[in-house]
Amino acid sequence: MDLFLDGFAWIFDPAHLSGPGGIWARIAEQLSYTFGAVAIAAVIAIPLGLWIGHTGRGRDIAVLSSGGLRALPSLGLLIIFALGIGIGFKAPLLTFVILAIPSLLSGAYAGVEAVDKRTVDAARAQGMTEWQVLTKVELPLGLPLLIGGIRSGVLQVVATATLAYFASGGALGVFINDGLKTRDYAELIGASIVVTALALVLEGIFALLQRLFVPRGVTAGQITEVRSRPVRPRAVVGSPIQEGK
Amino acid sequence: MNWVVNNLGLIWSLTLDHVALAVPPIILGFLISIPIGWVANRFHASRGVLLTISGLLYTVPSLPLFIALPAILGTGILDPINVVVGLTIYAVALMVRSVADALAAVDAGVRQAATAMGYSAWQRFWRVEFPLAGPVLLAGLRVVSVSTVSLVSIGSVVGVSSLGYLFLNGLQRNIIEEVASGIVATLVIAVVFDLLLVLAGRVLLPWAKADPTARRARRKTVETAIAGPSAGGSAVDDPAVSDPSMAGR
Repeated sequence: MDLFLDGFAWIFDPAHLSGPGGIWARIAEQLSYTFGAVAIAAVIAIPLGLWIGHTGRGRDIAVLSSGGLRALPSLGLLIIFALGIGIGFKAPLLTFVILAIPSLLSGAYAGVEAVDKRTVDAARAQGMTEWQVLTKVELPLGLPLLIGGIRSGVLQVVATATLAYFASGGALGVFINDGLKTRDYAELIGASIVVTALALVLEGIFALLQRLFVPRGVTAGQITEVRSRPVRPRAVVGSPIQEGK
Repeated sequence: MNWVVNNLGLIWSLTLDHVALAVPPIILGFLISIPIGWVANRFHASRGVLLTISGLLYTVPSLPLFIALPAILGTGILDPINVVVGLTIYAVALMVRSVADALAAVDAGVRQAATAMGYSAWQRFWRVEFPLAGPVLLAGLRVVSVSTVSLVSIGSVVGVSSLGYLFLNGLQRNIIEEVASGIVATLVIAVVFDLLLVLAGRVLLPWAKADPTARRARRKTVETAIAGPSAGGSAVDDPAVSDPSMAGR
């Protein structure tokens, strides 16, 4: 446990905290990668996901491609981009956009798809246009899963942004690289604590956002009972059981 | 392509290292998550707590975890054990939710029938609930397998030999083929593992195709896993899954 104390001592050393290569500056870089990549991924993936969810077209392709993208090792992808388009911030950014797309895409289409089809039919029967059905019914009702997708995209990118230093892209991984090279274990542990804390803080913020941004009507209609109920609520004595009702 | 042809031996031996690092976490993660998932599903209070903890564990970034584990376990920083333990933690974090959802999706009527037939809780779990949960468990295991195979390469940053070596070495020597061959080999391993799991499912779970409820829960598990364990879309949120009497409507 002494190693962790050394790590904290490293973090709170004023010489490491501020300045152009300090911890705060690296955190800012890590967060710029995270939100930049997720924003770009959102522009691509959310409209596509909503369209797939609304029309039901291209669903299998979406599932397959998100699974396939997930299998890509992000370190390899980052390095191949670094060699291909050069070092700097572009290669990491491109990698993280690709990393975030599957989560956002599946969050968007799963959200729309999970909406009760009877509700959608009712909206249509009310005379809503397809656009209104999407924006006024499917989107609000699918919001929990959509935000969930954004949340897991952000978390994946914030964790992986540590690797940006392989393309000389800065961010918190710089400390890990230094620590590995100089065998400075306090720096390694300190940087690891900062990255982990950043991920946990973002997770907490998103858990909060998910509560705040979801319309009240959506959560009210959700089933809170997580355990499955028995098929028949009570024993039926003396009257035929209506199977397959 | 020259580099690939000249270094087939290296690629092959690193592929074997990669497989050796990926297999134990997948198996261990599966075995460890069964009792935890069972507890999560069995008691209402434990479900929220255990699923939150596993979600938080999955949030911990992999590189810091591989670095911090030697300090916790007392192992050397180059020890492959760190990578195996770290990946097992991720596997458990992903799989606990799958196990809990899979058990929750077992038809309550079947469970009641097994109890009525005189099965003890232990027998009922292994002979009725576990086999019926099989397809959803398999879906969870496939996600775990893919994510484990792709995460192993991060271990090479802390000096544990795997296909990740090709990425780092390729970067140093500026050989794009080397990096590309590492990516392709990783994808091949992921696909082979996936096919093996599907094949195992066909052999061990011949009834998997017939049951629409299980199929829906299975699809949901895959989607939840793709969207991330914290996405909130668990199988039991779907009323058709949690309430079997709704399934036919």
